[in-house]
Parts: sequence; structure tokens; C-alpha cells
Amino acid sequence: MNTFVDICLSPFQEFLFMRHALVACFALALGCGPVGMLLVLRRMSLMGDALSHAVLPGAAIGFLVSGLSLYSMTIGGIVVGLLVALIAGLVSRYTSLREDASFAALYLVSIAVGVLIISLRGTNVDLIHVLFGTILAVDDPALILVASITSLTLFTLAFIYRPLLVECFDPDYLKSVGGHGGAMHSLFLVLVVLNLVAGFTALGTLMAVGMLMLPAASAHFWGNQYWTTSLVAVCIAMFSGYCGLLLSYHFNLPTGPSIILVAGGCYLFSLVFGRKGSLLSRYQPGSHLTG
Amino acid sequence: MSSITLNNLTLGYERRPAVHHLSGVFSSGSMTAVIGPNGSGKSTLVKGITGFLRPLDGTIDRGGLKKQQIAYLPQRLEVDRSFPITVLDTVLLGLWPEIGIFSGMQPKHWRRVEQAMETVGLSGFESRSINELSGGQFQRVMFARMSLQDAPVLILDEPFSAVDQQTIADLMTVIQQWHGEGRTILVVVHDFNLVREAFPQSLLLAREPIAWGETANVLTEENLARSRAMAQAWDQEAEICRREGE
Repeated sequence: MNTFVDICLSPFQEFLFMRHALVACFALALGCGPVGMLLVLRRMSLMGDALSHAVLPGAAIGFLVSGLSLYSMTIGGIVVGLLVALIAGLVSRYTSLREDASFAALYLVSIAVGVLIISLRGTNVDLIHVLFGTILAVDDPALILVASITSLTLFTLAFIYRPLLVECFDPDYLKSVGGHGGAMHSLFLVLVVLNLVAGFTALGTLMAVGMLMLPAASAHFWGNQYWTTSLVAVCIAMFSGYCGLLLSYHFNLPTGPSIILVAGGCYLFSLVFGRKGSLLSRYQPGSHLTG
Repeated sequence: MSSITLNNLTLGYERRPAVHHLSGVFSSGSMTAVIGPNGSGKSTLVKGITGFLRPLDGTIDRGGLKKQQIAYLPQRLEVDRSFPITVLDTVLLGLWPEIGIFSGMQPKHWRRVEQAMETVGLSGFESRSINELSGGQFQRVMFARMSLQDAPVLILDEPFSAVDQQTIADLMTVIQQWHGEGRTILVVVHDFNLVREAFPQSLLLAREPIAWGETANVLTEENLARSRAMAQAWDQEAEICRREGE
């Protein structure tokens, strides 16, 4: 019993930074689960990835202006992330280039710009900070930021739940009954950018998208309705955050990658053992029903 | 009331007409089969009436109806069949015009849902996931959803293209029922026998309207031959059409 407490609980009892990190992970998980699930369902996983890199130059400009300051980097990230989403949307709408290609083009450019800007003023350490995050240094303002973004995300999702899901399932029908599909799509992209920025303060631009995509991709193998899969995604994300923190504490590993690797482990497990469409259900169908 | 009037309507893509100078009325409570060879503009006409496509020329008078009051079942559904949603939830979408984004379901709604499920023969399938359904069953789901929309005008684009005889018979019963309730119905169909049996009115298209009226007068050998000949004509060097309204 004592060893269980020693291993699983005492790191959080003893150290404030561990508690902060854990709360940050839980808050992130609550927002990233449902948003990531929608990205998977809308076949926009790669766009999530592209957008996460698009946040980088914005954060870099914030960094250029006022160093490693939470607020300027956050605002920079949000502004540039939304700008890139807007430009990619416009390019795919008014030219013959498809949306995924235009996102890919923009993200390659933006990651180059981002790295360039940071190296103009900072050191390699700063670059590592921005790319891989500093979850163990999450302080009260950062925590409040992450929690606010999560709350805003959940409220917005609750508000536009029906049209957003219908737009995803049967866009023509939503259009024929006069729903505002385009507006829902835009609002959703804003949520994606916000959650990426929240993840970026904790996990860095490279890892933020992991918290969004990996739990959602794993949950896809378990539920058969949007809200159940989202719930599973949230649980997997929380579990990954908790285990990742413990792993990094006990074995002295970098935190961000530990968290993402636990999520990756959950993904592999779901891929093989999931209830719906997994490898196991494909090659070992088990007993079939009577009708 | 719920009639649809076309005035010299031309619809098309990239300035090329797919429906050319069509005038006429789908009168209130009528049940019309839209027929014609592939590429004759049937789907284009339907998209125009439902407001998915803007006319190149001419007008569509929906008799005061909003576009949302026209229930529309497209030919190629852009529905994501792997989407995690149950049969019941899919059918419930038909109530969108009434309950919209925020309202909840009332007992009277549930009664109608139950009835709609029974009419299309899907009672007991409520909690199934839609990716478990066959093509015919899924089409039944779409019909149940349309029933719930309670629209004065219903437009179906080739609803029978990939379903078996039994399903066609069952779904035709549903369409007859809508017709009996005084709704205006347009169905794009390929099966001439079905048209002769079940549809009082027909519109034969071949980009130009060939014939429109009582089915017996429309489905003549002469008209059909004309429609085949016209649909095949395709002029790469077509000039700008200067024809005035007829």
C-alpha cells in the first residue's frame, strides 16, 4: 500500500509544480478530447497537425517582442493560427488547390518562419522551450489560461453541438434545412486553434497536437456515438497526462514526450484490442450473433 | 399554395446549359416523375428547385415557400456512413425544422418518430449504428427522416437506384402516402414501368423539355426517341444562346 502511495500519489503531494502540471493536463484533456474527436470524424487530422505548426511563428513573434512571456506568445499564436486557417480556407475556396494541400503548404512556410524568428534573438534553449513546452514550469497564469480555453471550448461545443455534428455527418441536409454549416466550420477551426495554443503553453508546438489527435484516434476504436467516443478520448488524455508525469518524475524523462508516448501506447492498445474495427476484431471475429 | 412554377428556366455549369428554357408548373399536390436519359438535366433541375444551384437564366417561383420547406433527398448522398450515429438519431434529424438547435423533444414528436419508423419498416432498429445497415435499409432511414420533415414539397433524386424490389415497393407506399396527404412530390426515376404504374404526371427531359403532362401522353415511343437523340447532341463550339423566353 505504501509503495502505491509513494509511486502514484506522493510526487503530487510533495511538489506544487507536479500538481500544477497535473491540473494543466486534466484541463487540456477536457477540451482536447471532444475537439480532437471532431477532427478525426471530419477527416481533418492533418489539418490539426498543420495548424499546430502554424501557431509557431505567432508565438515566435510574441517571443521576439517580449521574451518568454506567456501573454504575448499566446496572443501571437492565436492571431497567426487563425490567420493561417483563414488563408488556407480562402485558398482552397477560390483556387483549385484542395484544403489539405493548402494547409500543408502554409504550415511548411510557417514552421520555417517560426524557427527563423526565434533564432534571430533567442538561443537553442529558447527554441527547445517553444517547440517542446515546459509543463513542469506551468504557473498560475498559465493554468488560468488553459482552464479558460477549456471552459470556452466546452461551452461553445455545447452551444453548437447539433449543427456541428450534422454539418459533419450530412452537410447537404444541414444546408437544405437552412443550418449555417459554413459558420459552424469556421467556429470549429477557431476552437482547434485555441486548444492548440492551450496545449502549446504546456507541451510546446510540436507535442500539442499529440494531445488533440492521439486520444481521439484511440477512442475511435471504442465508442459508437460521438459523445461516448469523446468521453473515452478525455479519459485517455487524462490517463496519459497522469502516467506521463509520473514516468517523467520517476525516471527523469522529459515530460512532454512522456505524456505523448503514453497516449501513443493507448493508441497502439486500441488499435489492436479496440471494440470496433480494430485488428483483433478483424482477424479474430469471435462468436457471431444469431440475427 | 405549394406549387412550383418554372419560367423560362435555364440551369447549368460553366455557362453550359444542362436544363434549357424550361417553363411549366408542378401544381400543388401533384406527383410527378422526372425522367430522361443520363445527362439530360434531371439532377440539375432538382438542384435548381431546391436552391442548391442558381439559375443561369429565368426564374423559379416556389409559391412563397422557403427553401427549407422543400424536403430534398440527393442522388449521391454526401453522408458519412462510418459516422458514429444511431438510426434513431439520424431519423430525428428530420425534426430539425421544428426543434432546431436548442429545443427538446416533446411527446407528440416521439409519437411521430415511432410512426415514421413503422411506416418505413424499421421498428426495432432504433439503436443500431448506421454503418451496420444495408443500402436499402439506409434508404428507409432517409425516407423516415423525410417524413418527419413534414414538408409541403418533397423532391427525391433517384431514390431507387441501388435498392431491391421489395424496398422499392415499400418506399413507393410511403411516397403514395405523402401524395395522399396532399403534398407536392417530384421523383427522378429510371424505371418506365414504375412511372406508368404509379406516377400520374411526368416530365421528360433531354436538356430541353420534351414533354410534360399526363404520364400516358408523355411516355410515347416518339417522345422517348426524341429524348435519346437530343441528349446525345453535344456541341463543343456552341455559341451564346439568344433565344427569348417561350
